[in-house]
Amino acid sequence: MPLKLDPNFAEPGQRYFRDFSPGDDFYQLLIDAHRDLTDEQSSLLNAKLVLLLANQIGDLAVIREALQRAREDVAS
Amino acid sequence: MLKTYAYPKFEYRRPPELDGPGAGRRPVIVVGAGPVGMAAAIDLALQGVPVLLLDEDDTVSIGSRGVCYAKRTLEILDRLGIGDAVCGKGVSWDVGRTFFRDREVYRFNLRPQADHKRPGMINLQQYYLEEMLVERCVAVGVEMRWKNKVVAVHDAGSHVVLEAETPEGRYAIDCDWLIVADGARSPIRHMLGLDVEGKIFTDRFLIADVVMQAEFPAERWFWFDPPFHPNQSVLLHKQADNVWRIDFQLGWDADPEEEKAPERVVPRIQAMLGKERPFELEWVSVYTFRCRRMQKFRHGRLLFAGDAAHQVSPFGARGANSGVQDTDNLAWKLALVLGGQAPEALLDTYSDERVFAADENILNSTRSTDFITPKSAASRIFRNAALQLAGRHAFARRLVNSGRLSVPSIYTGSALSSPDVDAFAGDLVPGAPLDDAPLEVDGEPSWLLDQLGGRFQLLVYVERAADFDADLAAELNATIPVETVLVTAAPGGRPRLRVLHDARGRFLERYDALPGSAWLVRPDQHVAARWRRLEPRAVRAALARATCN
Repeated sequence: MPLKLDPNFAEPGQRYFRDFSPGDDFYQLLIDAHRDLTDEQSSLLNAKLVLLLANQIGDLAVIREALQRAREDVAS
Repeated sequence: MLKTYAYPKFEYRRPPELDGPGAGRRPVIVVGAGPVGMAAAIDLALQGVPVLLLDEDDTVSIGSRGVCYAKRTLEILDRLGIGDAVCGKGVSWDVGRTFFRDREVYRFNLRPQADHKRPGMINLQQYYLEEMLVERCVAVGVEMRWKNKVVAVHDAGSHVVLEAETPEGRYAIDCDWLIVADGARSPIRHMLGLDVEGKIFTDRFLIADVVMQAEFPAERWFWFDPPFHPNQSVLLHKQADNVWRIDFQLGWDADPEEEKAPERVVPRIQAMLGKERPFELEWVSVYTFRCRRMQKFRHGRLLFAGDAAHQVSPFGARGANSGVQDTDNLAWKLALVLGGQAPEALLDTYSDERVFAADENILNSTRSTDFITPKSAASRIFRNAALQLAGRHAFARRLVNSGRLSVPSIYTGSALSSPDVDAFAGDLVPGAPLDDAPLEVDGEPSWLLDQLGGRFQLLVYVERAADFDADLAAELNATIPVETVLVTAAPGGRPRLRVLHDARGRFLERYDALPGSAWLVRPDQHVAARWRRLEPRAVRAALARATCN
């Protein structure tokens, strides 16, 4: 399974009338999860989130590609 | 300042109530001659309701203020009779471009589909819109009183008693219903001690209107963290008369008075445009904003609309647009209640539907604000990560939020809508505003939305006009008139019926129409109900439901 790079957020049973809504729902969840945390706590949360989602994906080929994509433009 | 525009001064006239009883109780008084109050007044006047409009000032909006008017608002202004004037003067645009630092990362087009009468957005200084609305108010017979400031309001249960102050003294006047459109600071809301809840954002923005000759296209350009204004955001918009709106994020610590000084503003603009480009400053303002709304928009005989009822951040142009959409929802309901054709409960659905819309607008504009002005290091790093990924990947472009531009609310779950009993594809569910489509009327090109609105209508799709069973329309026989309008696949008319020929098939496609499909359309052009087969009993029931009868 290749890495998905097109919009893919959705919630089962939920009808969206605007294409930006599911992504915005996700983004708000993400930002809300960090509310009132220190920078260090936020970094820890992010690390745990990566581990949880990586386990959910499982497929190391996908994870390998995601890691490559994530690294692009970072150390330039 | 303001070199391109000369402010009109509207004449104060001595109100007859200063010298006697005047014309007695008014059915409707509107307070506030801004875009929202005037749209309400015009709409009611077009429905045959006499309207008195009071405003404390005697001119239009000072400064350009509201700038972007969305497609749905333009469709409403068409119905009110000033769509052409607004679009003729305004600058229409569909394309928005988003930059991160020195690179473009994302571009959107508001009107991906062809064959709509109105563009995604037009930009027009608020004073021009107001001038056009004033002219239209006068033309449709709205009585306007300038320099009439409401200083006391009492809801007596059976009517409302107002007191207004003029340059020549005070007078009292009664009305059945009061529409409160007196703006974000709403003196009337304060007088009555009504709550408005929400949050204030700790950020300041500078808006500068600049006159210049520039070859930039009429597009919305948005920068995150640009080299000429590091760590902040900047927005550029074109308005009429070669006036450009530039909006700089300043941060909470900026001093609003100092930042307004030309010696501070000019270098910021030069950093953006380059020193060699000549421009003149037309208007400058520093603002903060909040997102909040009243718990409900109807309080007895008072109906709150626009900024008086709800406020949003400016990202997304959801302020003036949603205010005009409030009046679109309110006017027909109030006209029916005044005409004794619907119970007062119909006005509670104004509050229900527009509170729903306000929550949607507040949600979207709050999210935009949180993306544009991150309030924590974690939030900033996610934003920058999304912007960096957006340069390469579609999923991240969708996450970039520089403002989710005003679109009308779909009143899903409204008590006025009849739930679907038949299957239809697409988003035109009960509660949705109609989608426009090009059509022909007697061989002449027209638009669907130009043929609809201001009354209940039943749209029926048939192959040929002759296929329609006229007995069905006769059986409707409703106490509230419903006009039957045929949309046909083939050309050809039908006596005493409005026939719209779907020559390009856009109606068919957008409405998922089949021969016999029918839509009950509200006076504000929202879907009340739809069916695959027309049954007069179902139409009567849906009409009763849509009017709280």
